[in-house]
Amino acid sequence: MKFSYFPGCTLKNKAKDLDEYARKCAEVLGATLEEIEDWQCCGGVFTTSKDEIATKLSSVRILKAAQAKEQALVTVCSACHNVVKQTNYAMQNDSEFAGKVNRYMNDGDYDGSTQIYHYLELIRDVIGFDKVAEKVVNPLKGKKIAAYYGCLLLRPNSVMRMDDPENPSIIEDLIRAMGAEPVIYPYRNECCGGYVRMESPEFADKKSNTVSTSAKNAGADVIVTACPLCKYNLEKAGSEVPVVYITELLAEALGVKEDTNE
Amino acid sequence: MNKQNLRDEIIRRSGVNPTKCMRCGKCSGTCPAFDEMEYHPHQFVYMVESGDIEPLLESKSLYRCLTCFACVERCPRSVEPAKLVEAVRLEAIRVQGNNHMTANDVPAMLDSDIPQQAIVSAFRKYTK
Repeated sequence: MKFSYFPGCTLKNKAKDLDEYARKCAEVLGATLEEIEDWQCCGGVFTTSKDEIATKLSSVRILKAAQAKEQALVTVCSACHNVVKQTNYAMQNDSEFAGKVNRYMNDGDYDGSTQIYHYLELIRDVIGFDKVAEKVVNPLKGKKIAAYYGCLLLRPNSVMRMDDPENPSIIEDLIRAMGAEPVIYPYRNECCGGYVRMESPEFADKKSNTVSTSAKNAGADVIVTACPLCKYNLEKAGSEVPVVYITELLAEALGVKEDTNE
Repeated sequence: MNKQNLRDEIIRRSGVNPTKCMRCGKCSGTCPAFDEMEYHPHQFVYMVESGDIEPLLESKSLYRCLTCFACVERCPRSVEPAKLVEAVRLEAIRVQGNNHMTANDVPAMLDSDIPQQAIVSAFRKYTK
């Protein structure tokens, strides 16, 4: 199975582990991620205003590139996923916006028909958790893992449609498939402080501390995330529980982690 | 822009209908930035509804919204307050010279680990 893949800016820089392990694990699981050529940054956050056009064009280009290859699009970064998926939804449902985009780009109308999978959805909906369990060579036995969803994977659910936005299970199910034990804690779908870290580190620290303390009190050995900014914010705020990318743990379970470190 | 025109523009740009609000306060109750805000999400809704937008344009509350979509998700009437915060913020920063963050501000905010995502996101929210 081949998929178009949009890594995004951070996965090419500070979050290389998120990218490289995602590709390696996908190969083990029978999926090849083909990086889109000449992609541009999604902008990190979706602008909800209806009259914001230019800020969404890079996402439309990504979606069109996948469509041209007749492939579904896979994202890994939570922020990229949110921005690209919300843009696609707007192309499907906001005809005024779609009209402006298509007239501006003038290279064949795009109708929002590209199928988008977050990496977790690719595993759940295409590959299957049973296939993951089958391929696990290092079961993460005895490890208590707290899934940190944050905001961007789940909300707004009317668009994202990944999971129950208040009681999600997709990461916990993957944790079980890897042989570990998921830890459910109250703040797993609350905000880490996001980009406001840039001008108010104190505020971001407060938000992130609430999350990591909540996970710690629930008995977590490790917190997993798919978002580079969540990871950074939690670590910067001094999380007592280590924070790792979900793809890194998956690589460990599938026995392909060492290769990347060499 | 007069008061009525500004109200209409914010409503059009956001796609939000503030008259649907039933004043339950759930948006502010769930907002992770509540303590940081002078005007809270529910106040954005009724102040836009009544056309009292000038105080919002001047408020730092515009730059504390985390775009976490908690208020959007949890509003029982689908009013989606964050979209109003965004529409008012754009009204503030689209004015020439009113960017909330400039490229010159950024180097002082960096460390060796900060993900690119933080920088581009802040720029998208604070700068036009």
